[in-house]
Amino acid sequence: MSTVTTDAHYTSAEGAHAHTAGFLKTYVFSLDHKIIGLQFLFSTLIWFIVGGMLALGIRWQLAFPWRSMPLLGEWLASPEGGQIAPENYTMLVTMHASIMIFFVIIPVLAGAFGNFLIPLMIGADDMAFPVLNMLSYWFMWPAFLFMGSSFFVEGGAAQGGWTSYPPLSVLQDAAPGSLNGQTLWLLGLTLVGISSMLGSVNYMTTIIQMRAPGMTMFRLPMTIWSMFITAILQAFALPVLTAAGLMQLGDRVLGTGFFLPAGATAGNAMVASGGGQPLLWQHLFWFYSHPAVYIMILPAMGMVSDIISCFARKPLFGYKPMVYSISGIAGLGFIVWGHHMFVSGMNAALGMTFMVSTMMIALPSAIKTFNWLGTIWGGKIQYTTPMLFALSFVSMFIIGGLSGIFMAATPVDIFIHDTYFIVAHFHYVLFCGTAMAVFGAIYYWFPKMFGRMMNDSWGKVHFAATFILMNCVFYPMHILGMKGFPRRLADPYHYETFSNLLELNQFMSYCAFLLVGLQIVFFVNFFWSMFFGPRAGRNPWHSNGLEWQAPSPPGHGNFDFQPVIYRGPYEYGSPEVEEDYYPQTQPPPVVQ
Amino acid sequence: MNRFWSLLFLLVPIGGVATFVVAPYYNIWLPRDVSEQGHKIDSLFMFILWLTGIVFIGTQLVFVYFSWKYEAGTNKQPVKYSHGSHSLEVVWTILPAVTLLFIAIYQMDAWAEAKMRTPGLLPIVEVTGRQFNWDFRYPGPDGELYTRDDIVRTDGNLYLPVDEQVLLRITSADVLHSFFLPNMRLKQDVVPGMDQSMWFKAKQEGQFDIVCAELCGWGHYKMKGRVHFVTRADFDAQLETFRQEQNKVLADPPVVR
Repeated sequence: MSTVTTDAHYTSAEGAHAHTAGFLKTYVFSLDHKIIGLQFLFSTLIWFIVGGMLALGIRWQLAFPWRSMPLLGEWLASPEGGQIAPENYTMLVTMHASIMIFFVIIPVLAGAFGNFLIPLMIGADDMAFPVLNMLSYWFMWPAFLFMGSSFFVEGGAAQGGWTSYPPLSVLQDAAPGSLNGQTLWLLGLTLVGISSMLGSVNYMTTIIQMRAPGMTMFRLPMTIWSMFITAILQAFALPVLTAAGLMQLGDRVLGTGFFLPAGATAGNAMVASGGGQPLLWQHLFWFYSHPAVYIMILPAMGMVSDIISCFARKPLFGYKPMVYSISGIAGLGFIVWGHHMFVSGMNAALGMTFMVSTMMIALPSAIKTFNWLGTIWGGKIQYTTPMLFALSFVSMFIIGGLSGIFMAATPVDIFIHDTYFIVAHFHYVLFCGTAMAVFGAIYYWFPKMFGRMMNDSWGKVHFAATFILMNCVFYPMHILGMKGFPRRLADPYHYETFSNLLELNQFMSYCAFLLVGLQIVFFVNFFWSMFFGPRAGRNPWHSNGLEWQAPSPPGHGNFDFQPVIYRGPYEYGSPEVEEDYYPQTQPPPVVQ
Repeated sequence: MNRFWSLLFLLVPIGGVATFVVAPYYNIWLPRDVSEQGHKIDSLFMFILWLTGIVFIGTQLVFVYFSWKYEAGTNKQPVKYSHGSHSLEVVWTILPAVTLLFIAIYQMDAWAEAKMRTPGLLPIVEVTGRQFNWDFRYPGPDGELYTRDDIVRTDGNLYLPVDEQVLLRITSADVLHSFFLPNMRLKQDVVPGMDQSMWFKAKQEGQFDIVCAELCGWGHYKMKGRVHFVTRADFDAQLETFRQEQNKVLADPPVVR
């Protein structure tokens, strides 16, 4: 439980700047969970731009194979006259995925929103371990430096795919990027893992130990439940990835042979070590990376639940089933990793068991979708920018969820495995799903972060453009996958089967260029509103959540009163009160 | 104006269905199937496509309808102060659970057929993936691989008899590759140090793509081959031609300076 603080600096602080610590301690090596959250947010936004640029390279090559790329090409591939060389194409797909997953989605959900929201939403004055929290951010920096610098070493950045399958990733002669870039990639990955680990321990402790009086587990908002489950997933799955990463590092630099079979060769060079098994890496990698898929979606689901309930002005439909279904996803998430390996050469009988568990994990997602529909049923929907993004999450998640069933069905997966069908699937979940939820969350909690509102009209322009364009980019990928169009191919058009797909790819690429370009609307709105947006009061959305009872932005120590919780966070339209909302801290009316 | 957003959301089911309706006319659909077992995979695909398609249309239309009907400015009713419904939760847990289990069980036979019930045949060819080529080793007249009369071809052209169940042994010499025959609906990753099998029966003569479907390095995109399905007589004749070519080279090896 948090202590009541009577420090004048804390209690009087309507702004974050009232306390006297120096600039460096306040904004750089800060122990305050809100500043650390914002540090994560700004870092991930910068990497979001980098990852988006890499995606443009991919789309350019698929639309105009081997033509020099204007503007970016000069910088990315000057020796080739701006043309994307085939090894650079594999680098683009590898680094686009690695950056988007490890530097954008995971840190923006757990790092930025987890840090910012957990203490505010449970009524704590900070995290349980502030120093650990600060370290979790600063462990990202060496990772940034390792992966960022890998673009400039001999051979270029990693080219083994974000899944880094050996022997391609281990044998230095197998690919230019396996020369040096891969080592830096592995070091970066390990450090990201340490960062997430520090964060997850902190989140679990904070949520269990530091809830305000009256804040029982079943009065926690879905955002906190999802962050809690995510933290558990990270704590149990990450050690496996870290160990596997160190084993691959050992294979690369120490001459061990965990993943190299005897007699493997590459580039006419025999390999000294051997006796390992390439499939071992896939098992270890996916044992982490499948739960990681849920690490990348559960917090988004939580935040979307909160936003939808708030702007439907109606209690969340089926709160407890929602909690049970994310817990179910977390549990089942540990026994479905094999569905990434149906055609890998893994024992085919195992494929059947993984098919059954994978089908079953679709169930909690279905339950959640029905509950979201139940939440907007009979509500009074306010179409604010955050609500539009949250609703689009539901619409898009239906597509991403249903397309997963195709890949879970093993015989069908034989054909569509490693085709654009899977690319469509995970972009619908991660971009159209998670990234849209993150946009919604930024528009929603921006007033709490900076004390100012973002512009709603420009927010809607940003929403409409993103929503239409991303569907134009990602939806056709389903039919490309039906045709068998393989992913990660620099130039597929010389195959007879794929020779008629160029026009469709060009259309998708034009939409992708526009999609990336129009994100400028968001960035301008974000930075302009930070300084010039209209002031937001404590509770601009008339939300029930505890965080909205704190000042905007909250000062050091968060609350200027001791929060006491009387009810769950979704009591909209309660008959007990006049207003259509009923904050968690408002005492119930005295019965006469 | 606010109802405009419901119309925007309505574009999703409309565009989503339209894409799949129009795609076959542009030949962006499942490629031509020339195998005996491929139609099973195709029909399972279509089964899931119809099932998910109906769920997709249903949920999207409900979503659009709710977003239209319950817009704050138009819905004059008070908010339904409801925290959920136990019976609804039970219904929408059990229905999808049964459906999903059914899909899983329904697929098992086709999976076993494709990957588990290895026919008791000798391999007609050994396929080796290497950066960035598919090599083929035929067993030659004695029918056994790795004997003196093996025929090795490295030009990426695989010849196989049509209308005959064949068993392929596939492996890799260096990194992971994936032996993908889109027109046979078959795919198998190849792993160095492991032997895998693939079996099928081609129904039509002709030549079709062999694609590498697992990232294998810079030349991944050009790791292309062709599979030629020919009659048994043509197949035997073709192998005999290869054997004579090979013997000629062996008898009179080119001088390497």
